[in-house]
Amino acid sequence: MPEPAPEPTCETAPETTPEPALELRGITAGYDRREPVLREVSLTVGDGEAVGLLGPSGCGKSTLARVAALLHRPQAGTVRLAGRPAHGFHHRAPRELRTTVGVVFQQPRLAADPRLTLADLIAEPLRATGRRAEVRVRLPALAASVGLGGDLLARRPHEVSDGQLQRACLARALVLRPRLLVCDEMTAMLDASTTAALVAAVEEYRREHGTALLAVGHDRVLLERWCDRTVEFKTLLPR
Amino acid sequence: MTAPAQAPAEAPGKVPVPASASRRGPGRPSGARAWRTRASAALTAATVLAALLVPVVFPLDQQAVDLTAKLQPPSWEHPFGTDELGRDLLLRCVHGLRVSLLVGVVAALAATVVGIAVGGLAGALGGRTDRLVMRVVDVFASVPHLLLGIFIVAMFRPGVWPVIASVGITHWLSTARIVRAETHSLRNRPYVDAAISGGASRWRVAVRHLLPGVLPQAGLAAVLMVPHAIWHESALSFLGLGIPAHQASLGTMTEAARGSLLAGAWWPTLWPGLFIIVPTLAIAGLAGAWRERINPRVRSELTL
Repeated sequence: MPEPAPEPTCETAPETTPEPALELRGITAGYDRREPVLREVSLTVGDGEAVGLLGPSGCGKSTLARVAALLHRPQAGTVRLAGRPAHGFHHRAPRELRTTVGVVFQQPRLAADPRLTLADLIAEPLRATGRRAEVRVRLPALAASVGLGGDLLARRPHEVSDGQLQRACLARALVLRPRLLVCDEMTAMLDASTTAALVAAVEEYRREHGTALLAVGHDRVLLERWCDRTVEFKTLLPR
Repeated sequence: MTAPAQAPAEAPGKVPVPASASRRGPGRPSGARAWRTRASAALTAATVLAALLVPVVFPLDQQAVDLTAKLQPPSWEHPFGTDELGRDLLLRCVHGLRVSLLVGVVAALAATVVGIAVGGLAGALGGRTDRLVMRVVDVFASVPHLLLGIFIVAMFRPGVWPVIASVGITHWLSTARIVRAETHSLRNRPYVDAAISGGASRWRVAVRHLLPGVLPQAGLAAVLMVPHAIWHESALSFLGLGIPAHQASLGTMTEAARGSLLAGAWWPTLWPGLFIIVPTLAIAGLAGAWRERINPRVRSELTL
C-alpha cells in the first residue's frame, strides 16, 4: 500500500478529543409541509467509531445521513459535530463545519459533475477551500489509496464504470480529511468485488486517520461485518 | 419443396424496418432534414458574409439619390431595381440587412444575459425569491411584447440602440423561464450537495456547477431569438418608431415602399420582404437542427 507519507500538514486526529464525532439529539426532519420522515431521532457516533445504520427503504435513513452532513435542515433537534453545534445547514453552515463531514452518495453518476475529469472531481474540495497548492501533493496518493490508476484520472464520468466513479467520489469525500465519513448506501449500486475493495479502502483510510464512520444501508451482512456496531433504524424512533 | 423458397423473406423474429431507418443510424438526420440543415447553414453564411463584406468590397453610397432613375424595374444596372428616389435597392437591402442583423444579434445577446441572470438567480435561490421573481416575469409576459416594445422605443429618439433596448427588455422572459427550470433541476442534484459538503461557496456552485449546465439551453434560446429580434426591428421600423426613416433598414424600406406599390412598382416591397424572411428562416432552421442535436427526443417525436 502506498503511504501518503510526505505530508507535513497537521493531522486532525492526534488531539483525540473525547467529543463524539457526531451527536444527533431529537431530530425531527421532513420535506416541505408533509408528515416528517424522522421524529425525535437521536444517534451518537463516537470519535473514530464506525456505526452502521440499517433499515428498510423509505424509512428516513438517507434523510438522517443528509442531516448529519448538514445538507438538510431538520425541523427540530440539534446536530453536534465533534462537539460543535451546527447552527445552519447547507450553505448557511460555516465552511469549517461542513468540511468536517465527508459524504459519499448512493448513485455516483448523479454525485459527479459530468463536466469534470476524475482528477478535478477529487481535487474540487481542495480548490473550493483555497488549498489549491495541496492538489499535486495529495491527489496521486489519495487516488492510489482508493484504487484509481493514473490513466483513469484524466477521464470524465461517462468514460468510467460505476465502481470507478464511486471510488473517485470516495476520494473526494476524504480529500479534506473529515472527522466523520457518511456513506449513504455507498455500495448499493456496485457488485460484490467492488464493494469489498471500497470497504477495504475506507477501512485502510480510517485506520490511518481515525475517521469516524456512519454507514447507511440495508445490507445487514455487510454492515455488521464492516462496523463496530449497527443500529436498527426503528430503535431510533420513539416507542 | 416449393414452400421453403419464400421462407427467408419473412424469417421469424424479424421486425420489418423501414428502408430509410436501416440505411442511416439513429443518430443521423434523415435526408430531407439534413438537406434543410445544409440549406439553412448556407443561407445563414451567405447572409452574414453579404452583410459583412458587401459594404467593404463595394464602397458605394447607398444613400445616393438619382431622381432621373427613380422606380426603375430590375435591370442589369440595378439588379433589384431602384426606389422612389432612384437609390439602388440591392445596395440598400444589404445595408438594411446589416442593421437588422446587428440589432438581432446584440438584442438577443442582451436578452440572454438578462434571462440567465434573472432565471439563474430565481432558480438557484429558490423559495420566496423564486416565487417573487417568477411572478414579475409572469406580469411582464402578460403584456403583448410588441406593445411593450413600442412603449419603450417611444420614450427615445429613433435609432439603433433604443430598438436593441426595446427588444432586449421584452425578450428575456422566455430565457429566464428556461434557465430557472434548468437551474432548479440541477441544484437538487447530489453533485451540488457534494460540492457544498466539500466547502464550495454559493458563488462557486453557481459558476462551476450550475452555469455550465444551463449554457447550452440558453445558447439555443439566444439563437432562436435572433430571427424574432429581426422581426421586431422590422416591425418597429415599419411603424416609424425604430430606425430613422432615412437610414436603410429592412423595416424602413418596406414602409417607404408602400407608396410605390400603389404606383404599380412591386420590387421595392418584394426585396426587403425576402431579405426579412429568408435569413430569419435560415437562422431558425439552424437553431432547430441544434435543438434536435442536444435534445434528440424532439427529433424522435417529430419522426413518429
